[in-house]
Amino acid sequence: MYKCGMAATIGVILIVPVASMAADETEVQTIRDEIKDLKEGYETRMQQLEQRLQQKEQSSSPSPAASATPGTPSPPSGTPSASGSASANAFNPAISLILGGQFSNLQRDPSTYQIGGFIPGGDEIGPGSRSFSLAESELTVSANIDPYFSGYFVMAVASDNSTSVEEGYIQNTGAIAGTTIKFGRMLSGFGYLNEIHAHAWDFVDAPLVLQAFFGGQLQEDGIQVRWLAPTPVLVELGVETGKGSAFPGSDRNKNGVNSAMVFAHIGDDVGESNSYRVGASYRATKAQDRTYDDVDAIGTPVTNAFTGDSNMWGLDLVWKWAPNGNTVERNFKFQAEYMHRTEDGSLAFNTTGASLSDGYRSSQSGWYMQGVYQFMPRWRAGLRYEELNSGNADIVLVNSGALTAADFPRLAQNDPKRSTAMIDFSPSEFSRFRLQFARDQARFNETDNQVFLQYIMSLGTHGAHKF
Amino acid sequence: MNSLNRWLSIAVTAALLLACTPSFAKVNVFACLPEWAALASEVGGDKVTVYQASNALQDPHRIEARPSLVARMRSADLAICTGAELEIGWLPVLQQTAGNQKVQPGQPGYIAAADFVDRLEVPTRLDRAEGDIHPAGNPHIQLDPHNVAKVGLVLTQRLEQIDAANVPYYQARSKDFQARWNQAIARWEKDAAPLRGMRIVPYHKDTVYLIKWLGLVEVMNVEPKPGIPPSAGHLSDLVARLKGGAADVISRSAYQDPKAVISLGEKTNLPVVELPYTVGGTPGAKDLFGLFDDSIARLKAVKK
Repeated sequence: MYKCGMAATIGVILIVPVASMAADETEVQTIRDEIKDLKEGYETRMQQLEQRLQQKEQSSSPSPAASATPGTPSPPSGTPSASGSASANAFNPAISLILGGQFSNLQRDPSTYQIGGFIPGGDEIGPGSRSFSLAESELTVSANIDPYFSGYFVMAVASDNSTSVEEGYIQNTGAIAGTTIKFGRMLSGFGYLNEIHAHAWDFVDAPLVLQAFFGGQLQEDGIQVRWLAPTPVLVELGVETGKGSAFPGSDRNKNGVNSAMVFAHIGDDVGESNSYRVGASYRATKAQDRTYDDVDAIGTPVTNAFTGDSNMWGLDLVWKWAPNGNTVERNFKFQAEYMHRTEDGSLAFNTTGASLSDGYRSSQSGWYMQGVYQFMPRWRAGLRYEELNSGNADIVLVNSGALTAADFPRLAQNDPKRSTAMIDFSPSEFSRFRLQFARDQARFNETDNQVFLQYIMSLGTHGAHKF
Repeated sequence: MNSLNRWLSIAVTAALLLACTPSFAKVNVFACLPEWAALASEVGGDKVTVYQASNALQDPHRIEARPSLVARMRSADLAICTGAELEIGWLPVLQQTAGNQKVQPGQPGYIAAADFVDRLEVPTRLDRAEGDIHPAGNPHIQLDPHNVAKVGLVLTQRLEQIDAANVPYYQARSKDFQARWNQAIARWEKDAAPLRGMRIVPYHKDTVYLIKWLGLVEVMNVEPKPGIPPSAGHLSDLVARLKGGAADVISRSAYQDPKAVISLGEKTNLPVVELPYTVGGTPGAKDLFGLFDDSIARLKAVKK
């Protein structure tokens, strides 16, 4: 603060006599002396103030009981609420475990599930298996690493006993004001729902558009930088870049980065009862020999591969309402996302056999919207409707007559649709039961009626809830 | 040469002054809860701009970590919250996404008020089977005015640390507030003497500090366990237990739903009192002084 007074004074001194500055050597010397005096004056004042502060801190008693006399109040010393155990476990991180399971009744065979018209990728497409199954268990470990970084790790253990790192990143907050920087593996910040872990979803499964375009949820190994503008309204800009090896990209065994994403969010309150966030994202990545399985015109299984650019943009909106902002009795959440993906490159047919390859271009989109209403404490009901549009794939091998459209049955034009209704009951903040009905028309010309009963529970450290 | 020097000087001064403007601006205080916002205004006066993240009719455990709060946290110089896991459902999200190093736990720009007071009901056994209990003790500390005084001293100290240019102002303001506050405490304790021994049934375990300070007796709660709303069966149970004259009054905080408490009052013939719980909870609780004035007045009004 004092530097500014000094700076201002220096400035004034510089500007005011500026007319005669170049002229007189003695005047310059006088000015130099004046500056020296000012500097010394400020230094003395600062020292005096520091001494006063030190005296006050020393003279005041450290015990909180001494705050009784109004004349010399002393701030109590803090006794942090963490347990005072000095054992080796004192720095243990926050650990929590999500346990979930479901019981599914699926009309159609889930092993033949496909989202017609869309090249499949990733391994989280479809409604899962019939009957009882253990859902993904998630172990989350997080803590501060040092004054500069914190770490966050989520391990997902699937019902088939395979484990994967869902997220494993280190984060720096505020080294540059307003920025949050993550390094490592993270759920991509594209859109709204992709960043949210499955146990926090409002429905048992991911929307069709995430399954079609991301094969479930998109993970990125790389860096993400988010910057918040210093405004009272949330204005957040972000970039994310990385290996881009997850579907719809692929592992290209290449130096440098294989994906780049930018996103922007704006959010604010509307009165006391409403708040919202809108966002836009754009991601560019490339795939090389990204294979998928199909059958040819006579029904022989073939493996095809796409090589080329895969670019996506998306819009997302989430709107929350609660009477006077108190969510305990009733609240409502509306959520909608729209995504559009263009793939441009070449499609190789039957890579292990005849291996024909030529140009390929697709322009596809999808959206979902859902509303969840808590109508009494602990009870919520939700509805979701979604549509995908496969567009008409531009396959040169078919256009030129080398092959027919029947050789690419999975890419035939299709507009998948799905309607979902759910009701859930949460005995406490840490446990939830859900019943969900869905009418799934993602397959070609087939409707699948699905019923799910699910539980999701968490033990350990209380997780914080994102907006 | 002469004019070049002149323009250079002007440019240098302008740059220095521009870099200086933050120091003439007010301290941005982010207060999680209405009681701390009120305290920050009392202690900081016109040298602070206080943003209040929640209002008195919102359950403090269940605030949404919404975009406007993230944006305000980003620009905060000082954040004051209760801590002791009261805001654990939303405050950590704000701290981790606001890109603001100043308000991280452990920094001078973050005050967890509960750290600076003696907490009641520190559990000997930590188990979620007991409901949503807080490991560090009961976090609803603002209902004991002695706690408010202590937190006020801490707040003054931190403001002086962050805004050293205004130390004399904060000193004077703190001295004045503490003097008026201590006078008010003496007046309240005298005024509330007839309330000693009153047997009260609060809805949730959020009134314990008021109860201890005024010498009331907490007979039981309407919730079966903290955070679990009472079922119809549990309410009938309570009616049976309370009909025999086991309590004098049922109370709820202004942010809690009145239905269960009103129904219980009707069935047991006990008076029901709505307490503000925090600044703004009732029309009489306009500021920190009003919070205690109104709480005591409402309790006295139901005393037979």
